[in-house]
Amino acid sequence: MGVLDYLRGFRVTFDKLFEERVTTEYPEEKSPKPDRLHGRHVLNRYEDGMEKCIGCELCAGVCPAKCIYVRGQDNPLDEPVSPGERFGYIYEINYLRCIHCDLCVEACPTQAITETKLFEFSFTNRSDAIYTKDELLVGDDGLPQNLPWEDWRPGEDVATSAWMRATSPAGDADYVGTVGWSGELGYGVRAPEVGQFGEDPEPPAAEVDPVDEGGHH
Amino acid sequence: MSLDHDQTTDARVRERGDSAVLRMSESALAQLGVIDAPAGVAHDLAEDETMFINMGPSHPSTHGVLRLMLELRGEMVVRSKPVIGYLHTGMEKQGEQLSYLQGTTNVTRMDYASPLFNELAFSMAVEELLGLEVPPRATWIRMLLTELNRMSSHLLFMATNGMDLGAVSMMIFGWREREEVLRFFEKVSGLRMNHNFIRPGGVAADLPDGWRDDVLRLLELIPPRLDEYDTLMTGQPIWQERLQGVGVLNTAEALALGVTGPLLRSTGYAWDLRRDMPYLAYDKVEFDVVVGTYGDSFDRYAIRLNEIRESMRIVAQILDQMPKGDYRVQDKKVTPPPRARIDESMEALIHHFKIFTEGFKVPEGEVYAAVESPRGELGCYIVSDGSAHPYRLRIRPPSLINLQCLPYLMQNGLIADAVANISSVDPIMGEVDR
Ligand code: SF4
Ligand code: SF4
Repeated sequence: MGVLDYLRGFRVTFDKLFEERVTTEYPEEKSPKPDRLHGRHVLNRYEDGMEKCIGCELCAGVCPAKCIYVRGQDNPLDEPVSPGERFGYIYEINYLRCIHCDLCVEACPTQAITETKLFEFSFTNRSDAIYTKDELLVGDDGLPQNLPWEDWRPGEDVATSAWMRATSPAGDADYVGTVGWSGELGYGVRAPEVGQFGEDPEPPAAEVDPVDEGGHH
Repeated sequence: MSLDHDQTTDARVRERGDSAVLRMSESALAQLGVIDAPAGVAHDLAEDETMFINMGPSHPSTHGVLRLMLELRGEMVVRSKPVIGYLHTGMEKQGEQLSYLQGTTNVTRMDYASPLFNELAFSMAVEELLGLEVPPRATWIRMLLTELNRMSSHLLFMATNGMDLGAVSMMIFGWREREEVLRFFEKVSGLRMNHNFIRPGGVAADLPDGWRDDVLRLLELIPPRLDEYDTLMTGQPIWQERLQGVGVLNTAEALALGVTGPLLRSTGYAWDLRRDMPYLAYDKVEFDVVVGTYGDSFDRYAIRLNEIRESMRIVAQILDQMPKGDYRVQDKKVTPPPRARIDESMEALIHHFKIFTEGFKVPEGEVYAAVESPRGELGCYIVSDGSAHPYRLRIRPPSLINLQCLPYLMQNGLIADAVANISSVDPIMGEVDR
């Protein structure tokens, strides 16, 4: 233990002056968001513009934070909102409660509700935190609405519904890479993840012997 | 009483009182009033008189909201008592309201520095009640993620331990590396923390495309950084003097207090559930259980640092052995059907609705499942009444039980070492209070 040990330690810190910076100038500069990121939700439409939500309330039932409120109604015969019998005429998510677990996304049988990559938004009062259908429903171009209090970056509104696609095989290897979802307005039918069978052709290595005794440092 | 320099550094031989002394009595609280001198009266502090101070609950070094009542004689801590409950959120009770399907969203928030371990313990308990065998790929994915989580948790410890002891650059270094691991988690589960990824029956999703490259990158990136830590901290005389001989615990005390994890191993007792009661596929990988010699804060630091290395060794083996196939148990009653099945099969649709509304029923019985979390033995005890919700959910939180050794560690130590002691116990208050 000598003076040199002190200096060696300080050198580690000093050397960092000349290394590349790892921090970013948030919020001007943001680190890229992965596809599966759970952000605020959107309510999707079919390619013909019909709403996907059928008002079945599965999402509300599974939500552990109890933050979804849905009411279904019979479709008006002359001007149906969704294909089928019913549609969700009230749809509310309280973002003061939502924990972004995305169980609602996994539960929705029609892929009506999926997640975007947006999580940077704030409110000035509690009722603004409750998103209704007006805010959640995708626009006529199929893209999520860019609401004035949300900080969207270019490209972020394109990456929606990756978690729905990631969980869609439900752990069944036979369904990896199978498209189990319908097309969406603005996106069409999206491609599945490559999955475990596409990633690398080499088979897993042979098993090693279970060797296991406590070691010491 | 006077303190000379020797006492501060060579604390290994310190005498320790019996537990009756250590247990801070109710009267300690009452005495707080006595010590406050009446206004206007000069209060002479006799030499052997002690003073009570409260450290926390909002103190930067108490890792959240831990409050410590300290009885001081001069700079010396005579007795101490941790006071908990400031972060109590009733998660165990909440667990009775949530179905087994939703349960992981709740338990994952207990030890927020190692959320995947909570999910794993809970899932293992539920699976045992259900009598399910998890597919191999799920097992190995669980192992991969929990080992990475152990690394991120220990890296967080490196950061906070450095910060608590004044090595501020270490704080930034630790977070920098942890961020890299969390970035991988974000790719896998969509969330940096509180993943809700390990579920009863398997894992929520397969590993994302390109995961192998990401993990290999981590395995390349972190070892040189750990060597940096060695230069910056392990070999640094300031660091050594600050930690060596501080907060000594011996094996007998640790066992009597139920202490587990790096704290127990620092006393030289090689107890690691991964090796001693193997779960997942730990019997198929090779790793060493790192133990200490002196049971002091330095050993605990060194153990955690080397456990990161051991975890990387395990991760490298997992990369070679990752099997293919199902990653969630294919039991219609537990796992929802693949999305493609919903439209074509009425039966699948019904199962889908049933699982997502009322959840799946679990046979009556009680079960305890334990895993080796970065902090020690993390157990989950569930009593099921046959419904879709646990009748009682109880977590054995290593942080809470390890916290019980704080009065031992601190007794007759300097108040300046109190911070080192709290830090080396590495408690996560979310888990302590639940
Ligand atoms: S993400 Fe989770 S908490 Fe949020 S609305 Fe969906 S189910 Fe509820
Ligand atoms: S969003 Fe999906 S789950 Fe929720 S009510 Fe609409 S269709 Fe049902």
